Amino acid sequence: METRLESRVRQARVILNSNYAAAYAVRDADVDVISAYPITPQTGVVEKLSEMIAEGELDAEMIHVESEHSALSAIVGASAVGARVFTATSSQGLEYMHEVLHIASGMRLPLVMAIATRAISAPISIWNDYTDLMNVRDTSWITFVASTAQEVYDSIIEAYMVSEDPRILLPSIVAYDGFWMSHTYEPLYIPEDRESVSKMLPRRPRYTLDPDNPITMGSIVNPDWYYEIKYQQVEAMKEAYSVIREADAKIEENLGRVYKPVESYLAEDSEILVLTYGGIYGTLQTAVDLLRSEGLRVGALRLRLWRPFPARDLKTLVEDAKTLIVVDRAISYGASIEGPVALETIAALYREGLYPAIASFIAGIGGRPVSEDDFRGMVKKALELGERALKIGSIHWGVRGVEYE
Amino acid sequence: MSNVYRIRGVRDLPREELFAPGHGLCAGCTAGTVIRHLLKISGRDTIVVNATNCVEVSTTMYPYTSWRVPWIHVAFENAAAVASGIETALRVMARKGLIDPNKRINIVVLAGDGGTYDIGLQALSGMLERGHRVMYVLYDNEAYMNTGIQRSGSTPLHAWTTTTPLGKVLRGKMQPKKPIAEIVAAHRIPYVATANIAYPIDMDQKFLKGLQVEGPSFIHVLQPCPTGWRFDPRYGIEVGRLAVETAMWINWEITMGDFKVTVRVPKRKHVKHYLRIQGRFRDLSEEEIEEIQELINKEVERINRMAGEEVIGPLAE
Repeated sequence: METRLESRVRQARVILNSNYAAAYAVRDADVDVISAYPITPQTGVVEKLSEMIAEGELDAEMIHVESEHSALSAIVGASAVGARVFTATSSQGLEYMHEVLHIASGMRLPLVMAIATRAISAPISIWNDYTDLMNVRDTSWITFVASTAQEVYDSIIEAYMVSEDPRILLPSIVAYDGFWMSHTYEPLYIPEDRESVSKMLPRRPRYTLDPDNPITMGSIVNPDWYYEIKYQQVEAMKEAYSVIREADAKIEENLGRVYKPVESYLAEDSEILVLTYGGIYGTLQTAVDLLRSEGLRVGALRLRLWRPFPARDLKTLVEDAKTLIVVDRAISYGASIEGPVALETIAALYREGLYPAIASFIAGIGGRPVSEDDFRGMVKKALELGERALKIGSIHWGVRGVEYE
Repeated sequence: MSNVYRIRGVRDLPREELFAPGHGLCAGCTAGTVIRHLLKISGRDTIVVNATNCVEVSTTMYPYTSWRVPWIHVAFENAAAVASGIETALRVMARKGLIDPNKRINIVVLAGDGGTYDIGLQALSGMLERGHRVMYVLYDNEAYMNTGIQRSGSTPLHAWTTTTPLGKVLRGKMQPKKPIAEIVAAHRIPYVATANIAYPIDMDQKFLKGLQVEGPSFIHVLQPCPTGWRFDPRYGIEVGRLAVETAMWINWEITMGDFKVTVRVPKRKHVKHYLRIQGRFRDLSEEEIEEIQELINKEVERINRMAGEEVIGPLAE
């Protein structure tokens, strides 16, 4: 992300954690109905929103549901009558929502959800990894993964722009690291005047449950029709890419911040590129500086857009590199490559006709910190293993008692 | 509000049909009867939230629909949560001037016994506790009929279903029916009633009351199912009437805490009259029928105690 100091909209510098940044974005988006169930580490989002509603700072209602399943169901209902809606969750809560995730996208409702990512039970862990997010990969939600509180704020505004676009009408997720980001305070800029955000998010007409024009939503569909209806979802998700790029341009124009589906750091002349996602990108950039001071031509990439997957952007950035190291923060058990983003990256590059040496690492599982030294170690291990790295599958970094030769 | 009127007989009901014919409900299915009456009472300004059930799959086969009011189905267990979201959204949007603030829209949930007694109980309890202005209509056919007659929390004692067969060891469902309407009433919502399609005016009056309260209401309708209960499709209404005449079913209401039996039965019939016309009870022994009769006798005693007088009379035939 680059920040231009001058922007069209006047902004104030504030100090927020990513949970609160999400809440401020929801406030500024003038959301009507919020429904959520408490779960660590997301809870701060809805606590802050409850405060805003209680103080009259946001004209919305919070439905205090009895479960995450109902949280998502309630905003499906609210969105079906035309309201702008929001929810937030983590981990087990996201798992509990799973059935309704598919229904929300299948019904083409522009919901927006924040996810403070967290490991999945058992054993129970409240700490961060991205297994929860990766488990909802195929639910047809547009998915942004932010790396700073600023980006959480901007991405939630952007998510409404994209989801509500009549060409798309798919729900969106904005994910960020539980604890590492959800509970870490950072400086960021938010618009001083909420009207300026409203102008970026005009209310657009769509099909809703209206007694003056009755429609049937969520009907049963036989094999003659089901596939065509689902194919429209395939197309909408593909088209979302260009609508996201338009929204990126509007964010830049109004708020002065530049976002790309894949962000890069010193990638242009790099022989070795390290791709990751979420809050550890900052650590990775520091590691890149250290490795460069040691004489290695290393650069960093960060996946900001997970769905739709930006295969072409990745290709352009990786084209001149010899080695690509993908550092995942989730496990796909039993997969040929157990890192979900590594798996996707290999497929995308193969599709684009690019075959660099790839090493897949998995790190940070269950809240284990990933330091600059870890990244340095991973780069060195990848160089040491060479082409053997991928034969191993994924390298589980830092697991005690496991050696890779 | 379009439905401020008294219902004394069928002539007081509007002629307009908001539930279109051509649906795929079974011959003799009384769920269609429930819906026709329900929509006549609620009128056009109604949004129906349908849990997954027979009605959902039989009335909305894409690209057709039987619903002349806005209708939504999301999933099995969450109709009450979806309705909560709709009710809240309409309130906020009216306040913000995004929709007409002067229009009162009825929000009606239509769920079966599986979607209410079992998988949907949590979402229902949440909706009741939060006090949303939603009328929840439970049409109770006492088993999972949509998936092909499996036992639910509503299935009565000794009833045959495909998962509670009558065998040498296990004799149909071995537990009695869960008292769902009283569980709902324990949430202390403004209006709870039980109804039965054989008493349509009583049922319609209850729909009307349920729509008029400022908060949640719950109407529990017994819905005889020819396919699952194994009786000739022409007897749906008769089976419903026998349920009341034998006190296997009692039509009552609780209005702001006041309990009242709305269909009195001065002399009641033996339960065998209700059981014997249904295939699901056909193979019960005399002892098993008497066991059910004992259960009903106790229930009648309890209801009379609650009513403070003998609203359900002694066993006469």
